[in-house]
Amino acid sequence: MAALIAIVLLIIAALVGPWLSPWQPDQVDWSLNPLAAPPSLASAHWFGTDGNGRDLFVRVWQGTRVSLLVALLATAVSVVIGVAWGATAGYLGGRTDGWMMRVVDVLYALPYMFFVIILTVVFGRSLWLMFLAIGAVGWLTMARIVRGQALALRRREFVTAAVTLGLPAHRIISRHIVPNVLGTVIVYATLTVPQVILFESFLSFLGLGVQEPLTSLGRLVAEGALEMETAPWQLLVPASVLALLLLALNFLGDGLRDALDARQR
Amino acid sequence: MSAPLLSVRGLRVGFAARRTGLASPRQWHAAVDSVDLDVADGQAVGLVGESGCGKSTLARAILALETPAAGRIEWRGKPVRRDDAAVLRGLRREVQVVFQDPVGSLDPRMTVGESVTEALEALAGRQARDAAAARVSATLEEVGLDASLAIRYPHELSGGQCQRVAIARAIVARPKLLICDEAVSALDVSVQAQIVNLLAELRARHGMALLFISHNLAVVRHLCEEILVMYLGRIVERAPREVVFTTPRHPYTRALLASVPIPDPTGAAARPREPLRTVTDTALPPPTGCAFAPRCAAADDFCRGSSPSLVEVGAGEFTACHHWRTLGPWASPRSGREHGPLRKTPRE
Amino acid sequence: MEPGPLFQIHDLAVDFATPHGIVPAVHGVSLEVARGECLAVVGESGSGKSQLFLGSLGLLAAGGVARGSVRFDGRELLADDGEARREVLGTRVSFVFQDPMNALTPHLTVGRQLVEVVLERGLMGRDAARARSLEALRAVRMPAPESRMGQYPHELSGGQRQRVAIAMALMTDPDLLVADEPTTALDVTIQAQVIEVLRDARDRGLAVALVTHDLGVVAEIADRVAVMYAGRIVETAPVRELFASPAHPYSAGLLASVPRLDASRELRLQGIEGQPPRAGANDAGCAFAPRCPRTQPRCRQERPSLRLAGNRSTACHVPLAGHEAPAGARGAP
Repeated sequence: MAALIAIVLLIIAALVGPWLSPWQPDQVDWSLNPLAAPPSLASAHWFGTDGNGRDLFVRVWQGTRVSLLVALLATAVSVVIGVAWGATAGYLGGRTDGWMMRVVDVLYALPYMFFVIILTVVFGRSLWLMFLAIGAVGWLTMARIVRGQALALRRREFVTAAVTLGLPAHRIISRHIVPNVLGTVIVYATLTVPQVILFESFLSFLGLGVQEPLTSLGRLVAEGALEMETAPWQLLVPASVLALLLLALNFLGDGLRDALDARQR
Repeated sequence: MSAPLLSVRGLRVGFAARRTGLASPRQWHAAVDSVDLDVADGQAVGLVGESGCGKSTLARAILALETPAAGRIEWRGKPVRRDDAAVLRGLRREVQVVFQDPVGSLDPRMTVGESVTEALEALAGRQARDAAAARVSATLEEVGLDASLAIRYPHELSGGQCQRVAIARAIVARPKLLICDEAVSALDVSVQAQIVNLLAELRARHGMALLFISHNLAVVRHLCEEILVMYLGRIVERAPREVVFTTPRHPYTRALLASVPIPDPTGAAARPREPLRTVTDTALPPPTGCAFAPRCAAADDFCRGSSPSLVEVGAGEFTACHHWRTLGPWASPRSGREHGPLRKTPRE
Repeated sequence: MEPGPLFQIHDLAVDFATPHGIVPAVHGVSLEVARGECLAVVGESGSGKSQLFLGSLGLLAAGGVARGSVRFDGRELLADDGEARREVLGTRVSFVFQDPMNALTPHLTVGRQLVEVVLERGLMGRDAARARSLEALRAVRMPAPESRMGQYPHELSGGQRQRVAIAMALMTDPDLLVADEPTTALDVTIQAQVIEVLRDARDRGLAVALVTHDLGVVAEIADRVAVMYAGRIVETAPVRELFASPAHPYSAGLLASVPRLDASRELRLQGIEGQPPRAGANDAGCAFAPRCPRTQPRCRQERPSLRLAGNRSTACHVPLAGHEAPAGARGAP
């Protein structure tokens, strides 16, 4: 419950925050000397500024927005593909299942970093590429999980009943299998979101993530790490927000899983 | 005599038994072995057997959920095959099933009304919204449920109510044959009686045929006109209802009848006890001879060597026992006290 | 040994703490089992019959609390922190569950499990324990007992497993065996054999408390019957009298609902309208009133208490003919 509140607050802050500050994300405060200034109330730079004199408060919330956006969209992509793949494989079973899951196994074995780097080199760095790259990797675990659930559901009597009604396989999958795996899917999706954010941060840390002037929490952390000794706030602030967000998402996922387990009884 | 609706001949359905070791191959066994079965229009047939006898597998094969290894299933004279979509469609429309677990047979994410509507639309084609809703409500009322329960989910209803929903779902498209696979076994006894009465009523009202599968002989006796007894995949006896109970002609049937506890403390002492020779319950039939021989008190070497087939021994009576003539007389239990229906308190 | 009943439950209540609040499963039940007697407690879902015994022996699931007095051979079991229970349970009182896999450990052989029952308590040496195990297997009519000792539970059938569970319960030569639906999961031919086993045990002097919903089984081995509904006892009587002439409408309804092999064919099964109440329901008035064909206005307002009349007791305002309580009858303690 607390986790939910924390996330909601963070989202509100991310959306509303920049409005509260007089500064723009790209705006350089030329009045500062040196450009990197610690947090102070006087200058209205509540979180301080980064190495280029841009207000950190605003940039942190912008970064949060981007991180969340990437995470949600990428998770959505992986959910859609993963559920469709896994539910079909699990329900059909037999050889079809075997082949479908071998595909998953093969893709799992590919080093994803390699894959992302190649994509970035070929298509350049863009936000949409990020979604695709992360989603393309994320659906594999979702497919495995959903397939396991579908295999178990296949044996339940209400699925047999649907078969005796003469419903075609695609109807059974969409009307009976998918709604009954949604509980698990939601739980794992909320646990996937932090993983995606971390992955994106990692990519940004490596310089493969979002481009300037857009920023993400990962980029901010990466930049802040370079200035760790001279301007600690540049690392601490985005890192704390990132940590808080991840913690809250994990708690939310755990809480959802417990709540859904109880209802199963 | 008109042709039966459902006709099964020489049916064999197999399964792979557990391996004895990692290296040994899985052995194939027949869960259903050389079974013949007929259900005529409007007839109620009971199939009795204990766990592992293959009765559920038989039901699944009739419903075209399993592919038989041998034999034929015919519905209205046409062979039923899983790869023939047109025949399957016809079969599904006319043959429906009610399962043992009332709550498990309903999708937990769909309301009761949605489950029944889905059945209606799948079997009778797409309907106008109002017509469908009306038909669903009427069917719910017909099975003894208030139509307002249509918006509820299965976990909000009791076992008996869920089973009524399952019955509603099965009859909404007016099937010609209803298969009940242990449909009342998971219910409390007072609710069981309600459902048994409901099934009898529905059968009478719609002229529906019934294939009632159960391990409970007493229940089967209340509902069915003809009874088949199954043991380890084979039909061992088949006869009209009263004949089975007054002159059983197979040792297994007798053992079953003798084992059913009767709720009568005084009669209990005076019942015939058909001794079973060994106490083990085996899961697989012996490789040769009669499947029941290991447990049969009357078995001899002939029985162990040669597997008996079902032979007609009287009008509509069949048994698969070499020694059916010499089984001895049978005294069916008669009670001293019968419990009539509860009457309302008369006015003081 | 003290005089008096072997096992006595007095005013036992069992509650469960759930996310939706406290759910009472048993309300103030009192009953006794005499030495060597077989008492059957009969009821349907939600009657609380299983929780009654689980609660009295401290075997409740998490969230369950039992209050009241439970005496075994004069000794109070519920009072202290469980010392009396630990001494008594497994030695003088044994429990047999509905699903034998609850009592048997999958990765230990049958012989090992039997032997451990007495070894752990330090009751006898290893050789004596082995001999006793074989004796127990013979007592439950297990074929080829010697070879069974080395088998694992999954190699046995359901009926054999249940017999092993009963053998385990008999290892310490208990005075009381509590069996919770021991035959429900079994085929009817195996059930008959397990009933014989229980009968043999009873003939040797063992007292049995049998929880069941199967009236046929009750008729076969019980001496006395207590009928429960919605967490309370509604009738107790010696078995023949209950079956011949039930006093409470619910008992009569149950008896009329059971399909019987010996009834005449024309007799329609008479169910009881409605369904058993959900666990935890505790409305005013008699819990059976909504389903009872004999309901009077008084039944919905005032809950009937259990009235003692000779060797029977009934909790009903409108008991069946012949059982009306004489004016001034005292309630049961």
